[in-house]
Amino acid sequence: MAQMYHLLASIAQSVGVLYFMGMFLAVVAYALWPRNRETFDRAASIPLKDE
Amino acid sequence: MAAAQHFSMRGNETIGAGLCAAFGVLFLIIAGLTDHSGYAFHMVVMALACGLGFYAIVNWAARGETRHAPLEINGRPNYNDGPVRFATIAAMFWGIAGFTVGLVIALQLAFPALNFDLPWTNFGRLRPLHTSAVIFAFGGNVLLGTSFYVVQRTCQARLAGVLSPWFVVLGYNLFIVVAGTGYLLGITQGKEYAEPEWYADLFLTVVWVVYLLVFLATIWRRKEPHIYVANWFYLGFIVTIAVLHLGNNATIPVSLTSPKSYILWSGIQDAMFQWWYGHNAVGFFLTAGFLAIMYYFIPKRAERPVYSYRLSIIHFWALIFLYIWAGPHHLHYTALPDWAQTLGMTFSIMLWMPSWGGMINGLMTLSGAWDKLRTDPVLRMMVVSVAFYGMSTFEGPLMSIKAVNSLSHYTDWTIGHVHSGALGWVGYVSFGAIYCLVPWLWKRERLYSNRLVEWHFWISTIGIVFYISAMWVSGIMQGLMWRAYTSLGFLEYSFVETVAAMHPYYVIRAFGGGLFLLGALLMAYNLWMTVRAVAPRAEAVPANLQHVPAE
Repeated sequence: MAQMYHLLASIAQSVGVLYFMGMFLAVVAYALWPRNRETFDRAASIPLKDE
Repeated sequence: MAAAQHFSMRGNETIGAGLCAAFGVLFLIIAGLTDHSGYAFHMVVMALACGLGFYAIVNWAARGETRHAPLEINGRPNYNDGPVRFATIAAMFWGIAGFTVGLVIALQLAFPALNFDLPWTNFGRLRPLHTSAVIFAFGGNVLLGTSFYVVQRTCQARLAGVLSPWFVVLGYNLFIVVAGTGYLLGITQGKEYAEPEWYADLFLTVVWVVYLLVFLATIWRRKEPHIYVANWFYLGFIVTIAVLHLGNNATIPVSLTSPKSYILWSGIQDAMFQWWYGHNAVGFFLTAGFLAIMYYFIPKRAERPVYSYRLSIIHFWALIFLYIWAGPHHLHYTALPDWAQTLGMTFSIMLWMPSWGGMINGLMTLSGAWDKLRTDPVLRMMVVSVAFYGMSTFEGPLMSIKAVNSLSHYTDWTIGHVHSGALGWVGYVSFGAIYCLVPWLWKRERLYSNRLVEWHFWISTIGIVFYISAMWVSGIMQGLMWRAYTSLGFLEYSFVETVAAMHPYYVIRAFGGGLFLLGALLMAYNLWMTVRAVAPRAEAVPANLQHVPAE
């Protein structure tokens, strides 16, 4: 039980942190990527398109 | 004669009718075997629902070829709004029921004689009835209805499935009936916001999986290449609620003929599961789902694009990354390990950023259209809801700080906080969405009366202010009285003295809740008259009006 705990804790405190940080940075990069600007500008008006 | 000749059931109809028949019989057998009267009642209710489902499906199939609705008419999507209309009516009905029960229990706290010394009407049973009715019945139907509406419009596609969308809305409301009557009859797991017992939970799981599949399949057939951010919020809400529901209801029933079950988790693990569930019911049911409403209905009503679409993407991912860890702040100073408490507190404080980012994005969507706040009370309601969102998501992290929590926890401050979020944010954004939806769904030119919306807005806003300020005062007073010591080191107040001191605030709170209910009654009248008395929308603007075939 204690071994299992230490295993899971060490994974969470190393790989887990980096994984989540990496995922989040990827999201920020996707949101701010210059080439996506046009898509997002168009997407901002999607609710206005229909009825 | 012709109809009889052409009567043939499609695969989905045969499966649906078969399942209804099989489960109807099973429920009747269980009803006969059990010696628990409340459980037997539930089994009869569910068997009746199966019978009605069987009848409805066969009746539907008997309509022959006329039942096949085309996906498109003249190149425009043929939206399926029947389930949306049902969910909208159900939301209004459950909302008024839930607010009424809330008023009753508020009055019970002020005047305990109103418990009537009956098991079915005491506070302990009515309180979960109130919370479930407003969160899951009112809020849930708002989310079902708006999600089915929004996903079709933003994907430019008809809702997937024929029977399944109806199964989702009707099945969900059956779950509500079983859950609510169960509380009154004393059937409960005793876990806050997760009170329904195993059989109701299993049924909800099936409904929820079908909901997810309908939603995904509609996105799958979309014409619009980009998946609009509101759909991401709806998806986050649907998927996470499924995970939470399964995790916190991992129970083993005593037997098939007993409503009682036991959870797999024990002790503090169970408590942590419960508040991981409980707080994310707030984060994903009451926040993510209603943010989806914000991201569709505010731009639509203000006729302005989303202020920053990039911010909305970061808002979404930051919110779901952080919220899921915040649950331990419900267990400060308990047997939960200290590090877990600190973790919950830290993530709660970090939530300030996405919450306020989202609030700014919602409010700033009005830039260039601020004048509409003066003339459009519906838009004003939604904007005030976003302001309440900002206020209660500022207060929440504050209360999650351990030092603050030691004063606020177990007091009425928590109740005040919850209601500034529930009445102000969830309530108002739902009201705004319903005020938009009813004229759209019933093809009316406008609402029956904008004046009545004004009255609704002001009456319920004053009600909310009475409610939350009474709870702030009584909560902080209660907390301070509990921790007051005499010079000799004894507790200064007995518990009952703190209860007596809260009486005036409980009366004020009930008054505020009464005003909120009054506003909702005005709303129901206004919507009823919109459908009954307002002229249908003129067909002179067919450019963006789709034709719906007679159903």
